[in-house]
Amino acid sequence: SSASVVLVDAGGTNIGSVRYALQRLGVDAPLTSDPAAIRAAGKVILPGVGAAGPAMARLQALGLIDVLRSLTQPVLGVCLGMQLLCARSEEGDVDCLGLIPATVRRLQPASGVRVPHMGWNRLRTCSEHPLLDGIDADAQVYFVHSYAVPPGDYTLVSARHGVPFSAVVARGNFFGMQFHPERSSTVGARLLRNFLAL
Amino acid sequence: MLSRRIIPCLDVREGQVVKGVRFRDHAVVGGIVELALRYRDAGADELVFYDITASPEGRSVDRAWVERVARKIDIPFCVAGGIRSVEDARAVLHAGADKVSINSPALERPALIAELADAFGVQCVVVGIDSLRDADGQWRVRQYTGDPSRTQALPRRTLDWIAQAQDLGAGEIVLNCMGSDGVRQGYDVAQLAQARAVCEVPLIASGGAGAAEHFRDVFTGADVDGALAASVFHSGAIDVSALKRWLANQGVMVRVAIEPETCDG
Repeated sequence: SSASVVLVDAGGTNIGSVRYALQRLGVDAPLTSDPAAIRAAGKVILPGVGAAGPAMARLQALGLIDVLRSLTQPVLGVCLGMQLLCARSEEGDVDCLGLIPATVRRLQPASGVRVPHMGWNRLRTCSEHPLLDGIDADAQVYFVHSYAVPPGDYTLVSARHGVPFSAVVARGNFFGMQFHPERSSTVGARLLRNFLAL
Repeated sequence: MLSRRIIPCLDVREGQVVKGVRFRDHAVVGGIVELALRYRDAGADELVFYDITASPEGRSVDRAWVERVARKIDIPFCVAGGIRSVEDARAVLHAGADKVSINSPALERPALIAELADAFGVQCVVVGIDSLRDADGQWRVRQYTGDPSRTQALPRRTLDWIAQAQDLGAGEIVLNCMGSDGVRQGYDVAQLAQARAVCEVPLIASGGAGAAEHFRDVFTGADVDGALAASVFHSGAIDVSALKRWLANQGVMVRVAIEPETCDG
């Protein structure tokens, strides 16, 4: 039988954390790299910590590139998973899934701007969306990343670290969160719950 | 704008949080998960768990408690102590820790920093540094500080080691200023400000917190990204939520915790 929510096992070390966060919301999402299970799921979450190149190579090796591209149910990429939804990443100069028309860029250190961008930062909501229900205008979430998606018409929420970047993106049924909802306390739990309710 | 992080550090021994002088007179403070949840509810931004017996006993961290914490906790946490290899780190990270912190093993073999960064990304790799000022006025690194009988003064200058560690792939530096540690007279702002000048990755202050003013002073005086403390939080001398409200009133950018939502089924 098909699970309603699955986690795509594309490597990376935060898969367990995302799974536990969903369990705290009463959802047991299995980890899978099985194309049939992913296609049959009601919701698909693509987590990921690590580098874009090895992650894309792993998706390729698992035969999941076209599977992910062709999904029509809600799909959520988390952190690196969000970056993999984009067209391309400067990290390793690698082609990604091409579902969000953006190139992932390296964050540039500057005075008072440390890279990696690590810690709690404020969200700036750009648009109304059910994914953002109950999220306050000045809510903070936990970020850990060195690469980011520039703002664009796919940006639902931006944040700022030296320069503005996309914190939440949406394009059709594909969504991405640059921060870690599974580590963003009450705000993160609400965002995950909103995704599950889409 | 990025918030300054308040980071309680919990010493773990045999599955429980303890306090006391390391390796002596340990008093059990409470269960790991119970304390972690209490700090989470108070608005701690992150937690560090230091397995104080793993390293001297020559074993890696017991991943069972790491997994128990990861299941319950929805803020980031770092595990320190007993991590000497990529495999040690992998076990801890796969059990659900967000970061690992290495100290003496990195001094023994600096390449470990690069190996961990390659395997997991720099964001997972924290390098802890114990630093003390020598008679000639230079801050230098101390090794094996967990065990007073083994502690060694190294010729390595603290600022040089910070630079080398980040070149190798440290994603964050925790600078424990031993001269101020345990004295509760404030963080070593002068040393941390010098460290800040050479540290391009996040820098966490450790050692010396005794009052709310000390947190403000280290954020404004040394521009550190976070401040770590143990005893003042465990003893209740400083309440994390009250501290953060006070810091916010002082103009320090912090995250004030939101109460968990009640279950609406």
